[in-house]
Amino acid sequence: MFTGIFKDTSVRILITFMIVLCILSSLVLPDWMQNNFMYGLSRGLAILGLMLLWRTNLVSFGHALYYGFGAYAVALCQKYFGITDILLRFAIAVIAAGLLGFCLGFILRKYREIFFAMLSLAFSMVLYGLLAKAEFLGSTDGMSISPSTLLGMELTRQYLFYLITFFVICAAISIQAYLRSTLGHLTTAIQDNEIRVEYLGYSVQKAIHIKYVMSACLAGGAGGLMAASLGQVDPDSMVNWNVSGELVFITIMSGWGNILAPFIGAIIFEFIRTYAFEWAPQAWAAIVGGTLLAIIFFFPGGIWSVIEKVFNYGKKKDVK
Amino acid sequence: MHPFLLPFWSIKMQFWATVLLDGLTYASYLFIVSLGLTIIFGVMKILNVAHGSFYAWGAYTSAFAIGFITDNDLSEALFLPAILISAILVGVVLGYVIERFILRKMYNQDIHLIVLATFGVFLIFEDLIIITFGVDPYLPYQPAMMLGWVDIVGLNRGVYQLSLILLASIVAFVCWYGLTKTKWGKLLQSVIYDREISVAMGIDVTKVYVVTFIGGAILGALGGAYVAPTTSVSPGFAIDLVVLSFAVVVIGGMGSIPGALIGSLIVGILRAFAVHQAPILELFVVFAVMAIVLIIRPEGLFAPPKPRKI
Amino acid sequence: MSNDTVLKASDLNKSFSGIVAAKDINVSITQGEIVGIIGANGAGKTVFVNMITGYLKPTSGKIEFLGEDITGIEPRNATHIGLCRSFQISQVFMTMSVKQNLMIAMSLSKKSGKALLDPIADEEISKECDKILELYKIIDQSDNIVSTLSQGIRKLLDIAMAVVGNPKVILLDEPTSGVSVEEKFGIMDIVIAALKQTETSVLFVEHDMEIVERYVDRVIAFYQGEIICDAPPKEALSDKKVIEYVLGH
Repeated sequence: MFTGIFKDTSVRILITFMIVLCILSSLVLPDWMQNNFMYGLSRGLAILGLMLLWRTNLVSFGHALYYGFGAYAVALCQKYFGITDILLRFAIAVIAAGLLGFCLGFILRKYREIFFAMLSLAFSMVLYGLLAKAEFLGSTDGMSISPSTLLGMELTRQYLFYLITFFVICAAISIQAYLRSTLGHLTTAIQDNEIRVEYLGYSVQKAIHIKYVMSACLAGGAGGLMAASLGQVDPDSMVNWNVSGELVFITIMSGWGNILAPFIGAIIFEFIRTYAFEWAPQAWAAIVGGTLLAIIFFFPGGIWSVIEKVFNYGKKKDVK
Repeated sequence: MHPFLLPFWSIKMQFWATVLLDGLTYASYLFIVSLGLTIIFGVMKILNVAHGSFYAWGAYTSAFAIGFITDNDLSEALFLPAILISAILVGVVLGYVIERFILRKMYNQDIHLIVLATFGVFLIFEDLIIITFGVDPYLPYQPAMMLGWVDIVGLNRGVYQLSLILLASIVAFVCWYGLTKTKWGKLLQSVIYDREISVAMGIDVTKVYVVTFIGGAILGALGGAYVAPTTSVSPGFAIDLVVLSFAVVVIGGMGSIPGALIGSLIVGILRAFAVHQAPILELFVVFAVMAIVLIIRPEGLFAPPKPRKI
Repeated sequence: MSNDTVLKASDLNKSFSGIVAAKDINVSITQGEIVGIIGANGAGKTVFVNMITGYLKPTSGKIEFLGEDITGIEPRNATHIGLCRSFQISQVFMTMSVKQNLMIAMSLSKKSGKALLDPIADEEISKECDKILELYKIIDQSDNIVSTLSQGIRKLLDIAMAVVGNPKVILLDEPTSGVSVEEKFGIMDIVIAALKQTETSVLFVEHDMEIVERYVDRVIAFYQGEIICDAPPKEALSDKKVIEYVLGH
């Protein structure tokens, strides 16, 4: 599956960029910038997951379900098992969300378009409803998370940063390997002609299910990392429907042509948010709304389509 | 409690009476709002997230008007007209602006993008509320105060809250009458049933869209405007309601008007039941039903009849 | 051409809420045979093809493929065991190139399980695809996006994709429908020549009698859900019932 993956241009650019980022962050970057990159990269994982679904014409209006589930899994594992190791936390977030996605996937893989979107919304609101009212989980105040450790040792913010870039690289490489494989090509094929795929011998529902689980794992991982970075989880900032909406917004803003797109988009989003809060704190929602409309009307391919044009990048996967 | 009823009354019946009464009240404003949402979907095939904006703006405008009346010692008889006019004003202005400048440009686009565009609109209008009305909550309790309280089946409830049920009934009747007995109503039903044939029959669908959207907006605003005196109106007021009205519309059937009625009743009563019996389940139960309906009968309980295409 | 029966339909029946679409169908196909299926619209040809390939489940009856009972099989499993079909309206991937279409088809047929996660750009598979593209004479169109190509080329691609797994039996559903008159014979020549090379049994549904006459060993005629004739072309096309109910004279 991974043969020759390091020869892939996008992968090389990603790794280079991450290394440069790590160096800059240890030497030069101010704290607030480092935070933005951390949040952007973490969230980028969720966006990568949504991008996978988008390429099969499936839009989940409830992906905050996995994002929040991963985050709360980390919080609960600390509360009841005292787990603070970052590697374990990430693994728990990914696996928990993946299992949930696996179960719900059996139902969701039968639906398309608006029904898929609405059903995913409904599932996410079911979780929200539970978390928002559950006293023992902190209801709307949420739960706090103590700083992570690494293999028993204290983990500084700087090293958390390095680890996040590492997780991002691992995830992105896996997804890129998937996208250039036969199964990955079924993505576009299914969107193009489901009947043909069935008659070529592969179950469309199974392909969608696999993809759905992958996107759930990614979103869960994102939630877990955010929880570790923020030190706090609560339903309104991680599970509510407007969080799902925000995730989809970033997906559209980023574009879906390449594995780099989600991370670029998510990082830009964090920076816009920082600047918006500084200059026009009351207008944040309007800025998001306005940008969303601008993208839908003027840049339907997202930021990535602009980058493609400017650098003549053209990263379509060839099957020569 | 009337002496005649005493031997038949029990704690259990008291509980169910409470659930029914409160459930009907919830259902009433849910119905008014969801009706607008489902009609917009039925005619235009758009899931309008910005419906929450109509609700919020209706509430704020009505709160503002009530405050104005109170501060200037004007007659209390002006409350009701103020509320109704707020609703109509918000519905017409916001409805027209959104349809003309955003939706009209998007009719042949991917349905997901349209929903997201309405989400963007919702966010913008949420911020405009803060800019226009500030962040402090409004408490326009005066009309509710004016109508006082009443004892009904052993429960003490505000008359104003109960009048919500009356309003919803009036809206339901007007809607039923309008749709089945008037020419305009029949036009609307035709477009809901099959847009292509309606166009082929010479119906000006664009005009129908504008009128429908504004009508739906007025209903959304009316829900907010009338509810305002019973609660505190603050930013984020509409967030929970948007997704609850989606649940109502999905459960009842997207585009179905009787569906909006049944959906609101189901959601309203479920909520009331949960609130009084197991508060932890209040939101969970509504969305669980939404999920179950989507799984078992995706078109909803009362899906409008679909024409056979071949 | 051997005499082994590859496909056998026994007493197939299909009704849709009271309407009988297929009645007592009995068909037997041997290896390498080329069989033409004719009949007026609604006579039951497509219902028959759909039952054989798993798109529809027969109300009663049995379908055997290479001796095994495959009644009620799922389309994707039919493909795996060597029973494939092409479509009346070409079902191809419009947004991809001809080569890409075939690569996906070939990869799905040659790989399974974990191997599906290997890169699709595979030397071996690419060469095999090129062979098929040459056989079907569309190798010059390899890099063109399908949505820009003519119906004739799409048809050839549709059939090429159906044969990647070297199926024992292929059902062609109206292979020349939608294709211009000039292209019809050209396409059928290519297709039949290619399929004869692999000794694949062919059933094709067709309305054009010239085509039927030219290429088939045998004709099966349908009328109102039943088979009214099953004989070599010369016999079949001069059969009284066929002339009345199918040819419409």
